[in-house]
Amino acid sequence: MRAFKQHQGVVAPMDRSNVDTDMIIPKQFLKSIKRTGFGPNLFDELRYLDEGKPDQDCSNRPLNPAFVLNQDRYRNASVLLARRNFGCGSSREHAPWALDDFGFRVIIAPSFADIFYNNCFKNGLLPIVLDEEVVEKLFQETYENEGYQLSIDLEAKTVTTPSGESFSFDVDDFRRHCLLNGLDDIGVTLEDADLIRDYENKRRETAPWLFNTAN
Amino acid sequence: MAGKTLYDKLWDDHLVKQRDDGSALIYIDRQLLHEVTSPQAFEGLRLAGRKPWRIDANIATPDHNVPTTDRERGVEGIVDPVSRIQVETLDKNCDEFGILEFKIKDQRQGIVHVIGPEQGATLPGMSIVCGDSHTSTHGAFGCLAHGIGTSEVEHVLATQCLVQQKMKNMLVKVNGKLGPGVTGKDVVLAIIGRIGTAGGTGYAIEFGGEAIHDLSMEARMTICNMSIEAGARVGMVSVDDTTIDYVKGRPFSPKGEQWDRAVDYWRTLHSDDDAVFDKVVELEASEIQPQVSWGTSPEMVTGVDGSVPDPDREDDPIKREGIVRALKYMGLQPNQKITDIKLDRVFIGSCTNSRIEDLREAAKVVKGHKVSPTLKQAMVVPGSGLVKAQAEKEGLDKVFIEAGLEWRDPGCSMCLAMNADKLGQGEHCASTSNRNFEGRQGFGGRTHLVSPAMAAAAAIKGHFVDVREMMN
Repeated sequence: MRAFKQHQGVVAPMDRSNVDTDMIIPKQFLKSIKRTGFGPNLFDELRYLDEGKPDQDCSNRPLNPAFVLNQDRYRNASVLLARRNFGCGSSREHAPWALDDFGFRVIIAPSFADIFYNNCFKNGLLPIVLDEEVVEKLFQETYENEGYQLSIDLEAKTVTTPSGESFSFDVDDFRRHCLLNGLDDIGVTLEDADLIRDYENKRRETAPWLFNTAN
Repeated sequence: MAGKTLYDKLWDDHLVKQRDDGSALIYIDRQLLHEVTSPQAFEGLRLAGRKPWRIDANIATPDHNVPTTDRERGVEGIVDPVSRIQVETLDKNCDEFGILEFKIKDQRQGIVHVIGPEQGATLPGMSIVCGDSHTSTHGAFGCLAHGIGTSEVEHVLATQCLVQQKMKNMLVKVNGKLGPGVTGKDVVLAIIGRIGTAGGTGYAIEFGGEAIHDLSMEARMTICNMSIEAGARVGMVSVDDTTIDYVKGRPFSPKGEQWDRAVDYWRTLHSDDDAVFDKVVELEASEIQPQVSWGTSPEMVTGVDGSVPDPDREDDPIKREGIVRALKYMGLQPNQKITDIKLDRVFIGSCTNSRIEDLREAAKVVKGHKVSPTLKQAMVVPGSGLVKAQAEKEGLDKVFIEAGLEWRDPGCSMCLAMNADKLGQGEHCASTSNRNFEGRQGFGGRTHLVSPAMAAAAAIKGHFVDVREMMN
């Protein structure tokens, strides 16, 4: 996994609550058996005026000019500013894959859905929870200043505005450690293979029915 | 010291290692696999040169992409080549790694969350995961069950464990008795309407109270299934006689002496009397009406006797904006009566409501009636090949067909429209599925979430109607 330590980038405002994973990447694109290539279909139904199809060249599709990521000032955004309960709905990891493929590195919102939040960390994408009032303030500053950028420091757990105002955020130590070092967490878990085997052997004794095959 | 909740007990039973940083390694007893969220996980294993840790803990079936017609042709019958590749990829991966798979032509094929319980592959006290958020369904059996992403599917394949942080405990208690015509689906929609789509975020929910324990396993599965629509990855019901009776005699269920030992253990799978929950929500069963969702989030729901809300009466600006946007997408007016919403299609199916009891309830309503000529389509999609066979044994297929509903083959179908079954732009659908998000059932489609009985009643009338008016 790609490590994440610090990032500075242009902010795009996704100004609606309860953005669900169907919205982030609609189902027809889930038919891919790859992890990459979802970026052109990020927010497909909001971004284009026609219905998107898998394996389609998106460069000639009619864009929805009202959609935030189609506006010149946000085209190169790498920090997504969002509202409450971002990423609700399905467990599809295609949602963080699509955000990552588009170029986002950080998502800031007052709250995230649990599964989406967890999936982000597996893909080098940092979801940051900030208070609703702070998020509101960042929305206003983003709207008022073209090219508005935020600096994120995972080591220090801070988000810093261009004026130097700094907000700290919480992230649990294990996820932070994995992200800072770009660790493959399967490798980390397998360091405890003996413990897993011991647990399993004990379970075979105490609850053998958990290991049955069909009969 | 306070007693333990059901979730505490399940957590402790599966704890392999508590790490100093607050994370924990949790052992996974069962992983269910389907074609959409597993290919990249298998590819990851292959690239890292890893083998599955415990092959017999996994069961696979294709469900999201499968067509609901023309199934005798098997994989060849999948018209969309991209869908076909995905199903073929699951077949190849399961064959290569030796994982049990109910393939497209196997009668045991079906929606993952229907076949697990049906096979007895879902047993009380298990930890169960699947790359699908509706894995919470299995919590109905007193399991620790939740959806995971593809990286975690790979992690479970490789290590039989997950890295987890313990969630908080929430009790949702439904007191008293439900009225006639009010189902598990109405209960869970009413709960989501109350606590909101993020109300359960960070919590494991236990559903309890008299009304919950009066319900069948099918109805409990419906409720736990939609925990995620309230933001909770985990939804559970404690074990009682109904649970144990359901599990008995299924292919993976314990037999003989093992059965007795298992039952002794399963009887302990309930919250202790002195357990402390971080949050408790109580509802009165008698106050729950048949529910209909009017918006684009499952929390946007009301009783069938209600009306579409007026955004001008919402104080929270973010919620008001959400209502305005939803009404525009749904093509509805503020204060419009729910029973005035006209429908184009009716869908009875999905991991929420495609089990035998759901089909019986719908059949009871449509029997002797005809589908409204104003509808373009009404379809019934059973949750598995075995549900389909059982329904046909009971003659339910004939009831549906005589009433003018289509009788299809099992799969996820129009719940998320990854196969050919979908809504057209602007079409309103009474759907027994779980999500009314924009575009969920088809580009521009408008979903209203209801129970099977309410969907059946709507199919007959062509608009929403209180199903209790059609019962005698």
